[in-house]
Amino acid sequence: MAAIQINLISGRTIQQGVAMESGKEKPAYRDACGILELDDAEFKRLGIFKNTNVRVSSEFGTVVVKAIGATQGPHPGLGWIPMGPWANALVDPNTYSTGMPTFKGTPVTVDVAENETVLDAIALITEECL
Amino acid sequence: MTDYLIKNGFVFDPVQGINGDKVDVAIKDGKIVDAGDVTNPTIIDATGMTVMAAAVDIHAHVAGPKVNMGRNFRPEDKLFNCTAGSGMKRMEGGFSVPTVLRTAYLYARMGFGFSMEAAMPPLYARHTHEEIRDTPIIDQGALPVFGNNWFVLEYLKENEIENTAAYIAWLLNQTKGFGVKCVNPGGTESWGWGLNCETVDDVVPYFDVTPRQIVSGLIEANEYLGLPHCMHVHGNSLGEPGNYGITLDTLKIAEGVKPQNDFGREVVLHNTHLQFHCYGGESYASKSFESKSKEVVNYINSVDNISYDLGVVTLDETTTMTADGPFEHHLSHMNNLKWANTDVELETGSGIVPFIYNPKTFIAGAQWAIGLECGLFIKDPMRAYITTDAPNAGPLCRYPRVYKWLMSAKARDDMLDNTLKYGDKIRERCYIGELDREISLYELAMMTRAGPAKTLGLSHMFGSLKPGLEGDVAVYPYNPETDTDDPEKIEYAFGNAAYLIKGGKLIVKEGEIVDMGNKRTFWVNAKVNENPMVERDISEKFRRYYTVTQNNYTVEGPHFVPNPYVIEVDATK
Amino acid sequence: MAKIVTDVVCPFCGTLCDDLEVALSDDGKEILEVYNACAIGATKFLHSQASDRLTRPQKKQEDGSWKEVTYDEAADYTAKMLVDAKKPLMYGWSSTSCSAQGVGAEIGEEVGACMDNTATVCHGSTLIAVQDVGVPSATLGEIANRADRVVFWGCNPAHAHPRHMSRYSIFPRGFFTGKGSKSRQMIVVDPRNTDTAKMADVHLQLEQGHDYELLSAIRVAIRGEKLPDVVAGISKEQIYEVADTLKSGRFAVIFFGMGVTHSLGKNHNIDIAISVTRDLNDYTKAAIVPMRGHYNVTGSGQVWGWQFGFPFCLDLTRGFARYNPGDSSSNDLLVRDELDAVFVLGSDPGAHFPVRSVKKIAQLPSVCIDPHITPTSAVSKMHVPVAFVGVEVGGCAYRMDNVPIETKKVVEPPEGMLTDEEFLQLVLNRVRELKGAA
Ligand code: SF4
Ligand SMILES: [Zn+2]
Repeated sequence: MAAIQINLISGRTIQQGVAMESGKEKPAYRDACGILELDDAEFKRLGIFKNTNVRVSSEFGTVVVKAIGATQGPHPGLGWIPMGPWANALVDPNTYSTGMPTFKGTPVTVDVAENETVLDAIALITEECL
Repeated sequence: MTDYLIKNGFVFDPVQGINGDKVDVAIKDGKIVDAGDVTNPTIIDATGMTVMAAAVDIHAHVAGPKVNMGRNFRPEDKLFNCTAGSGMKRMEGGFSVPTVLRTAYLYARMGFGFSMEAAMPPLYARHTHEEIRDTPIIDQGALPVFGNNWFVLEYLKENEIENTAAYIAWLLNQTKGFGVKCVNPGGTESWGWGLNCETVDDVVPYFDVTPRQIVSGLIEANEYLGLPHCMHVHGNSLGEPGNYGITLDTLKIAEGVKPQNDFGREVVLHNTHLQFHCYGGESYASKSFESKSKEVVNYINSVDNISYDLGVVTLDETTTMTADGPFEHHLSHMNNLKWANTDVELETGSGIVPFIYNPKTFIAGAQWAIGLECGLFIKDPMRAYITTDAPNAGPLCRYPRVYKWLMSAKARDDMLDNTLKYGDKIRERCYIGELDREISLYELAMMTRAGPAKTLGLSHMFGSLKPGLEGDVAVYPYNPETDTDDPEKIEYAFGNAAYLIKGGKLIVKEGEIVDMGNKRTFWVNAKVNENPMVERDISEKFRRYYTVTQNNYTVEGPHFVPNPYVIEVDATK
Repeated sequence: MAKIVTDVVCPFCGTLCDDLEVALSDDGKEILEVYNACAIGATKFLHSQASDRLTRPQKKQEDGSWKEVTYDEAADYTAKMLVDAKKPLMYGWSSTSCSAQGVGAEIGEEVGACMDNTATVCHGSTLIAVQDVGVPSATLGEIANRADRVVFWGCNPAHAHPRHMSRYSIFPRGFFTGKGSKSRQMIVVDPRNTDTAKMADVHLQLEQGHDYELLSAIRVAIRGEKLPDVVAGISKEQIYEVADTLKSGRFAVIFFGMGVTHSLGKNHNIDIAISVTRDLNDYTKAAIVPMRGHYNVTGSGQVWGWQFGFPFCLDLTRGFARYNPGDSSSNDLLVRDELDAVFVLGSDPGAHFPVRSVKKIAQLPSVCIDPHITPTSAVSKMHVPVAFVGVEVGGCAYRMDNVPIETKKVVEPPEGMLTDEEFLQLVLNRVRELKGAA
């Protein structure tokens, strides 16, 4: 199976905001934030259809999310995971003495993980931390 | 409540004509009473010490959005001066822009009972009040700024005094404000487009009104309402060489206007930080720049309806902050330090720039001299008040040092001869060299107590030890008979009150702060006749141009003004 | 007939809309509808009354299950944790009122805590930059009334501040901007073709992480100096054009967000964005405004500013205030294992910190004060649900332009629930008892 390298960024979306206020323990929050938005070109490189689960890995961690088509693209070379625990499983925690982790611009590898599930926020954080 | 009897001190109270006599001062139920009217009082032995009413600050920037920006954007202002809490006291920090706790403790240690926050942007009134609420001990009020407010500009273009007055009354009520402040009239609105008003006759873009019309109209509206305080102005072209002519133009607008109020106030215009407005010459270079303090103060001496405060430069690294947005921009281009600016919709603006008054430069020394000259040329000290426009010309904690310079020619000469690099040049270009006047303790009491209290319309509460007034008394470890040998003793004593009683409570005891007092926020509720036109204008402006709703503009609720002292004014005639 | 409450303030984002109307049931107990809010704001109000809401504190048991405790027990646990700790972190403070922040500050001072707010993962870079170069800014109404050049740099208000453009920046017909959006040129700088970028007159789709270069190039172009052919993926022609557009306006404003504060360069990216604004003021009028996220993160920096002198990253452990981002900042403290207890209120680091930091929280004694179940509450030892500020209790909040607005109480909280300020007061009293006893 193919694996691709992309540059990961994250941030807010309306769906993320709405889902967050409806309860982060709910599936809707996972559906809003446990996703990776990719350009069509990246799906070609990966050799998968949209809405397939993928594993995203960085130097700092790994997480399974659902790959979907870019809603605010095209953004060549960039992958987008909305702000939340899924994105934060991957980002660079180094602050370089500013206090601010390097949330944007994390090099990640994406490969197909069709048979794995996207965990909800509480399960994800529990698995990672407890 | 404990009664107090302060015994054996040298008392200075110009209101009662007491000049260093040994008189006992008594306090009962929070008020000054005759010495015979207390029973079983706690005795405070003031032998060998100076006793005065608590001081009143007519103009300082100690609370509100620009003050806090000054704190937050200057971590360096707290380097090596943050201190731990002890006893009743919480943590403190900051030199030129102290935290609210340090501000309160400083005022207490300097023997102050009241401070007027000099510029409150109305839209940010809540912020100002939150800081005032968290500043214990001293009573405070705040002056909303009016000189660039769209309502005022529109009404005064047509000289509509009654409408201006109705709007002022409404705004004081909405913001819990105390009086009418006017900063760089018209100039800050022009700054909305990057422009300025440099003379009293420059026209404000679009609004087509001049600073002269604004100042004149605000004075009239202020007297129409009969507010306790007069119109409080910071004129155009602050800090510019040659600006004294503009200052005189501004002052002359008050010519012939009579005070109308029930508070015993005798002036109709207060010119703040006069030092910054008394410059001659064409540049800051020593061959051009000169002092015009004598010219300006002589004019003020020739009339009876103007007061001012000094704004003495203390030769420190400090933080300048003012609603004069274009001035701060200009300043940032002079010293190339960081610059913060906030323009406030429909109302005002502000700028903040750190500034180093370097005694090794001619200009800082000249500014120092001019500030003191403003205090030394005055004929009637009841109309000249000692300030540093804190923190603009110098930090709050420097007040005692300014007293020292005013009270001792020797201390001034020492500065000119030993500290200032261009002392001789400064003697030449300024008047300081020809002034051997030394402010007496009696005059000091006028310039820091009786005078400001009177001009704020608060002489029925503060500024004197007359029975019936608030029980606000400061006792300083200064013996007027024996401590005259060394001017340093003045600076030490006035920064280290031995006792402060505020509202009848003992706040400072033997130099230590022992009580957080009963802090009050003063505001003025002026009643006017119903004015449907102004009401309509207000709701229209909120609907179309403000980004908050009219209902959400009103400052209300105990967490903003938990302990109000409301002064009622009836202007319904 | 439903009862309508007007002038309601939305306690979600830094836009702090104050024109919401909320329809209540006849008895005033139930929120039926929310008018004028965006989808997020409306959800916040409506979901606050969810039937499965937690209404009592819960303590985590050995086996990982939760057991209900009283608020007094929770306050006692919290106070003991804070008093026993040598270096506790008290984090969050952004989704609550200034009065609660004030009580929190007193607790932090009593116990000698490190205190930090969500700026630390949001606009902390901005706060540092402002300390370096200042910030020429303006209230949002100034922009509505005057601005004819509007730049969104690394921010996406269409998603993050949904009503910003309609209330303040693009669509309002202001005093000098009577033609609304037609009065304004809109420029968006973003590596993605965001929904905001789609509305812009000009979209500079720069290479991610190259903001500093592009801002620097704009400064060069403003001065009319020479540029290389391409900077950050943008052609020099486009850069000169944008510089001209900005200079030729009567009032230019730059709004910026996480795109610049989170990318490498951090505070330096903001430094230079502010410097662009400073430079523009030599030609026209210009202002710059950070798009602050949580509705009252700004207020938290203000309260700490007037009480301690610093807007975030406070270290009170030595008895006086110290400030040193990189040292006294939450993520650095956590990753370096310097803390021995974590207290969180009004924020969700579990969801919004890098997982390496969250793991550390999970290993420490920890208390989470939050109306919701969150990843933070999930890894904490104690979860204390409280009333929603801005829905069930009022209190002051500071908008992204520092304008303070009083949020409203619209309905009663569920029976017996405390507000965060009330809970903090319990903790403060208990802390003082414990310390008095010691
Ligand atoms: S834009 Fe922000 S403040 Fe306004 S309604 Fe939406 S979430 Fe609330
Ligand atoms: Zn001033």
